Order: sequence, then C-alpha cells, then structure tokens
Amino acid sequence: MMERPKLVRWIIVLGLLHAIVACAGFLAPYDPIEQDRDRPYAPPMRVHVVDHGHFHVRPFFYQVHERQGSFGDFEEKKSTTFSLHFFVPGARYRLFGFVPSRLHLFGADGARLYVLGSDGLGRDQFSRILYGGQISLLSGLLGAGATLFFGAFIGTVAGFYGGWRDALLMRLAELFLALPWLYLLFALRAFLPLSVSPMKAFLLVITVLAAVGWARPARLVRGVVLNAKERDFVRAARGFGASDVYLLRRHVLPETRSVLLTQAAILVPQFVLAEMTLSFLGLGIPEPEPSWGNQLAALQQYSVLVSYWWIYLPALAIVPFFVGYQGLASALHVDAPTEKIEGRRGGDPS
Amino acid sequence: MRQERTVYLHRWIRSELLLTFAALFLSATPTAAQQTRSNPESLIVPGEIGRTGGRIVVSLRAEPKTLNPLIATDAPSREVIGVMQADLVHIDRATQLTEPALAKSWRVSPDGLQYTLTLRKGLRFSDGKPLDADDVLFTIRACLDENVHATQRDLLIVGGKPITVRKVDAATVVFQLAKPYGAGERLFDGFAILPRHLLEKSYQDGKLAQSGALSTATNLWAGAGPYRLKDYTPGQKLVLERNPFYWKLDAKGNSLPYVDEVVFLFVPSADAQVLRFQSGETDLISRLGAENFSVLSRQAHGYTMTDAGPGLEYNFLFFNLNDLGEKVSPEIARKSKWFREVKFRQAVSAAIDRDAIVRLVYQGRGAALWGPVTPGNPRWVNTSIPHPARSLDHARSLLKEAGYSWKNGAAGDSELVDADGSAVEFSILTSSSNADRTKMAAIIQDDLKELGMHVQVVPLEFRSLIDRVSQTKEYDACLLGLASFDADPNSDINVWLSSGETHLWNPSQAHPATPWESEIDALMEQQLDTPGFAQRKKLYDRVQQILVDYQPMIFLASPDILTGAKNDIGNFHPSVLEPYVLWNVEQLYFRNEQARAAR
Repeated sequence: MMERPKLVRWIIVLGLLHAIVACAGFLAPYDPIEQDRDRPYAPPMRVHVVDHGHFHVRPFFYQVHERQGSFGDFEEKKSTTFSLHFFVPGARYRLFGFVPSRLHLFGADGARLYVLGSDGLGRDQFSRILYGGQISLLSGLLGAGATLFFGAFIGTVAGFYGGWRDALLMRLAELFLALPWLYLLFALRAFLPLSVSPMKAFLLVITVLAAVGWARPARLVRGVVLNAKERDFVRAARGFGASDVYLLRRHVLPETRSVLLTQAAILVPQFVLAEMTLSFLGLGIPEPEPSWGNQLAALQQYSVLVSYWWIYLPALAIVPFFVGYQGLASALHVDAPTEKIEGRRGGDPS
Repeated sequence: MRQERTVYLHRWIRSELLLTFAALFLSATPTAAQQTRSNPESLIVPGEIGRTGGRIVVSLRAEPKTLNPLIATDAPSREVIGVMQADLVHIDRATQLTEPALAKSWRVSPDGLQYTLTLRKGLRFSDGKPLDADDVLFTIRACLDENVHATQRDLLIVGGKPITVRKVDAATVVFQLAKPYGAGERLFDGFAILPRHLLEKSYQDGKLAQSGALSTATNLWAGAGPYRLKDYTPGQKLVLERNPFYWKLDAKGNSLPYVDEVVFLFVPSADAQVLRFQSGETDLISRLGAENFSVLSRQAHGYTMTDAGPGLEYNFLFFNLNDLGEKVSPEIARKSKWFREVKFRQAVSAAIDRDAIVRLVYQGRGAALWGPVTPGNPRWVNTSIPHPARSLDHARSLLKEAGYSWKNGAAGDSELVDADGSAVEFSILTSSSNADRTKMAAIIQDDLKELGMHVQVVPLEFRSLIDRVSQTKEYDACLLGLASFDADPNSDINVWLSSGETHLWNPSQAHPATPWESEIDALMEQQLDTPGFAQRKKLYDRVQQILVDYQPMIFLASPDILTGAKNDIGNFHPSVLEPYVLWNVEQLYFRNEQARAAR
C-alpha cells in the first residue's frame, strides 16, 4: 500500500505530459508544415524584456536576418521590436483532432518567433516537436494497445486451452521473436503502393508494429493463465460447472491484469522508439508531416550534426516520457504482488 | 637503338646527380629524382614550376570496378583510369577546348570526313614499351568489337557506320568517317590508347573485357597516363606511382608528373570523406555537397576550399509521358491526361521557386535553371531563354486556360480540380540516398500546394527508382539530375533523342511520340554532322528553346562544383568538368615537401 502515492504521482506526471502534446495546436504558435524560406536553420531566438536600456512589461523579440551573402548565419535586427502576445489568433487547427480553432497560446504580429529554432526549410521546430509528439506518442499508445490485445488474446487461448493450440501458437511466437523485424519492415514497405498519404502511412506503421510485437506479451500472459487455471478456486468453479467464458472472465483474465499493465508501461516507450526508428530511416511518417523520428532524420547528414544543435531537440523531448513510463512500470511492478495476494485471495469472494 | 642508349645514359647521369642532391637537402626517396627526357616532342605545359616528391592521397566513394577503360562505367573507375591513361586529343578541362595529347597535331580534310593524326615521336607506355600507330589501330579495333561491349562503341559509329582507321606510318593514322562529325576532334577525347603488346593475346582469346582487374600484376598493365599501377589492397586503397615515361614537361623542361605517388582510399560515404579530409588524411576533396562545404570552410585550417562555379549537372522534375496503352486503370489514364497537357507542365514550372531551391538546398552555391544547359557551359547556353520569376498568378491562369478550376477542399484549403471534377494529386519520386533532391521535392511539394495540388514525395532506393522510370513505368513524376561529361551537346544526345535510353520522360521510342520530339530528333541529328560551332550552336539553341516551350523536363537548379585542397598543394585549379580536381594531376605538387615529410 505504501507504493500507491508513487503510482499516482507517476500517473499525474504522464497525464500532464500527454496533455501538453494533445494540446499541440493551442500551444504551438505555427502550422508545423509552413515554410519560412528566408530563415532556414535559424537558431532558437531569445525573448527580451529590456530594449536599449528600457524595460518592457510585455516581453518582445527581434526578427532575425541572415547576414548578407551568408547561409545560416543569423543576426538580430534591433531596429524593430515585436511584442509577444498571449491567446492570439493564428493558423487554423483542430484541437484533439476535431475542435476547429485559431487560438494560440502565444504569437506576434508581423514576425515569427522560433523558440527552439527552425529546420532546414524554415519550419518552426517548437511547433513540429509538439505536433510530432502527437504522432509519435499516438503510434506508441495505439501500437502498444494493439499488441497487448493480440498478445493477451493469443496468450490466453494458448494457456487456457493448451494442447496443440498452445504448441502451435507458442512456436509461432518464437518464430516472431526470432525474426529480424527491421528487415521485415523494409520488405513490407517495399510492397506498398507508391503514394501513401501521411494518415495511411501512420496507420500502417502502427499495424506493422503491432503485428511483430505480440509474441512477448503473449508468452507472459500464457504463463499467468497456465498458473491461474490450476488454482484451487478455479478448479472448484469448474467443478461446479462454470463455463470457459465465465472462468476466463471471472477468474483467469483478472489475474493477467498486472502483467498487462506493466507490459503496457514498458511497451509504449518501446513503440515510440520503434516509430522514431522507422521514420528516421524514411519508412514511417512521410514528410512534410512531423514526427520525432523524421525530424531527427536530418541528423543523418554530418553537416547538420555538427552545425545545428537545436535539431537534436526532438531526441530530448522523448526523455521525460521515457522516464515517466519507466517510473510507472516500476511502480506497477512493486504494487502488483501485494494487490494480488490481498485483493484476489482474501478480499474478493469470487 | 643508338638514340635509346644515349637517352638511357643521359637519364642515368641526371638521376645520379639528383640523387646526391636529394640525399643532401631533401632526404627524399631516390625515385623522386627528376628525369629530364631529351625527347624533343614532349608536350610542354604552362603553369607554376613545381618540385618533385610526396604523395597525394584522395578518397574515392567506392572501390573502382576495373582499370580497363573499355568497360568502365562507374565514376571511381573512370577517375582512376583518368590518371593512368591518355588519349589522342584531349579536352582541356579549364578552357573546355581541345588540345593536342598523344597526337601532336591533326588535320581535317575539307569534306570533314578524314582526320589525319600525327603521333608524338618517342612515346612510351608506362612499362617502357613504345606506343605507335599499331596501338591506336588495336584500340579502335577493340572498341568496335561487339564482343567486347566497349562503352565507347556508340561514339565511334558516326552516320550509322563505324569509323575506320588506317595506318600511314608508325606515327600517322587516318580516321575515315562516313559522315562529317559536328564536334570534330572532341571525338578523340576519352579514347585511352591501350597497349597492344599486353592486351592483344587476351583480345584474341576473347577475354579483353575481363582483363584490367585491380589485382592485375603491375607488369601486366600499362597506360600512357601520368601514373601507373603500384599496389592494390582490396577494400582499402589503390596506390599509383609516377610514370617515368610520361610525355609532358613543364615550362623549364622538367618531366612531369611532380608527385611520386597517388593513393586512392576507398571511403564509402560522403560524410566519412569529409572527416578524412578534415583530419588531414586526404589532400584533395571534390564532389562535395554545399552543407559539407560550408562545414569545411568554417573550420578550415591547413586547407582551402574552392567554389569552382556551376558545373554541368542539371536537376529537373519530369512527368511520366509514356504511352501506357489501353489496359491502364482509369486513375492512371486521368493523371496521364494532366501530364500530357503542356499548360499543366508550364504551370508547374511557373509555380516552382527556383531561387528558394538554390538558397535552401545549395546554400546559394548553385544556379537556378530554366533550360538544360547550365551556366557552367557558357559556350552552349542559349542566352535568349527567359528566366521568369516565380509567378503563381501566371500558373493559375495557365491552369484556368487548360480547363482546371478550384473548389474548397476538405481541410478548408482550395483544391485544384480538372475539367471532370477530380482533384489533382500525384506523387514525386526521389532517390532516398540524395538528401539534396529530397529537399528539392519538399520545396516543390509546398510550392504546388499553393496551386491546390496535393503532392506526395516518395523517396525510393535509387535502383528501384530507375527501374520504375525505365522499366515498369509505374510512376507519376520524378526528380532526377544528370551530369554531362563534356561541354558539348553530343554528350547528352541520348537524353534528347526520342530513341535514347535516357530520354527519361518516354524512353526508347520507336517513333517520336510528338511533333516537337521529332523536331528535336531532327535538330540533334543535324548538329551531329554540321561542322562549325556557329551553325551547331544555332541548332542546339533551338533544341533548348523547344525543351523550354514544352517542358518535358522542368529544369530546376545546378549545383556548384565544390572542392578543397591542402594549402601546400600547388597548381590546384579545379574545373567544372570531370575529373574536377585530378584533371591536371601531373602538375600538382607539394610546395613544402619537408613539412610534409615531418608530419
């Protein structure tokens, strides 16, 4: 019971992080695919409060310009200041995918503020990280969800019914664990039609991820189910004439809950990472839609690697999420046995 | 015989003298000793007087496949062969004009059908065996032999008939053409004269195409170029040493080349090449991207980066104009109808922001293109081709004239629809390994979005991209680049002739599909056998104008040739023609040999 507050704490942290990404449209000042061709690879811009010795109540910034005849060498043009405004109208977006809106947390008239710099086509890195997070996290969540669904289903069938079904499904699982999945993905991508719209590509990435990931949770679930179905109370229930469906629903599947939750907390970041790998290699979300993976793809070039440090930032964005999920997983792990013994055996009469 | 002996004696004395000198002052290797040849027919080349010694290290993107000039198609092989072989008449990479090479002079008959070439006297291959008219005859025979599959074979077929060669005496050969050849003696550039004494046997056994492996023993391979084979380590490097029998002298009569060894390292990626150059492991670098160029320029120490100006590479977007027959799906038929509409292609061209491509992709180190000839080829560019600025209004009015209209799309933006009401959307293929072209495609995608076109960019592995374009023809549009190997229209003839394999938008046609393609065919054939630059220029200007009018290729931009060299390398003058930095390898030298030896 001591671990409960810890679990809650981690859930709150993760909830906040996800909320930030979910509200990308509102928090991001610009459309993530809009190009500003005069300002490629602009470094992160500074927000000032003091202009020529005068203090401004409203924070402001200076527009940056490339030095004449140079590339990527920016300087602030101090003649004009642009005040930062909050809750301003800007580019259209749909909050959570369906609420149309134009309201943004901050913005300015007449100039663009690159809080985290811009990429090679002059697109706002901050907006792209937020929007990219939507895609990366959603594919992580959906991928983990689908994997757990398939894994739980297959593991339960194998464990509960046993016999040839068990043998067949578990050999299949071993096969999937042994597959070099990266090459499998390459092969799958080669078979696809040429022009895949970003949305289709997204769904495809998730499907592919789920298709190759089910084996491990299936084996874990099978173990738990095998164990559970031999318990005395399950045997007793069976003796009283309970059907398979009843047994699974009331006695066996609840046993797998903690395993599944822990797996979920481990799998989500893994799938986010898998999506990033795929997009990094050009097999995931196509340009111009942002995802953390395809934003990092620019780093494949040595010149970008050594010249523009802010292109690394999407890699930093995943850190809090990973820490959050790891914390959640360990909290769940510690939490699980106590709950099982007290909750299942003693408290619940079923 | 007598003459040979005196040469030998002379050389021996010189070597002895220089050896002492070298031991005293330079502590260089004995092979670095200078040898002045008494051959009065050596070619004297202008330029800084250099000093002998040292080794130049350069990196190659891949291991060369062969040393055999007849079958080499890959760039690394061509680069290596370029420093090992020599041709009869050479195109000077700096002036882009022809200059005497193995042939000291040539004469053209008034009807333009006969070329009489006189070879230099006393020419020798790198193994010391003499080079004469028999070697020229052997080379041409081998090139024309269908069993050899020589890459130069097509060039030797002028007017549908192979060129014939006749030996007049040991130093004179006559080439007989069936029709006059417009580019004239440029024909002879790139025909490396092969050593008959080494290759005749394998030619007669039908094995000529197999000879020239990198592992060939050094005494079984020779050329008339400045360097000869010394050592090969598979997967690592190829070492060449100076050819003591080379036929060029500097203005003071010292024999060339100056540098003792040229080492080619096999470095697979462009970024790795940059790192090697930056760390001082290699002395020269070329084929640089703009971004790597600016990285190197910013941190330059001990080397200088040179922007040689726009090269001959042109990048372009083209639509699938193949006649796909009756059995295509209605969707492809609909797209095909858009692409065949000239106004559609013109509108796309008008909407593309070429200046943004040059700035964002090449960091300003390039030139926007409106026609196929780049500013790197000033002699042939048609200067009357307009350079219209980007105009969305013009693009919209062209589309309107062609029956297109706009409606409000699902996402609240305006969407271009054709006369039948279906939305205009297509995909652009690019090579996934070419970051520059992928970026161009992203810019074009954004440009065309403003016209209401939905464009997907599809990066594909290069080989499967070429397969789609030339074999299966399953694509909408494609972004590619071509680099002419010579600043002459003939080098791109396969791109413009409708029967050509690289006539990318509709390759290898039996009959020209459109009147303008047949006009281009006629003009290209005509310039092929028109002597005189002015006449040919007029014909090629017209070809350029037709290409601009009909936009089968939408020309985008041409990158500058970006190179770099260590500061102590003298006579470094990068050219915009291949090989960009090694074209005057025999004149390159190290200004400060001691500093180099100490390192």
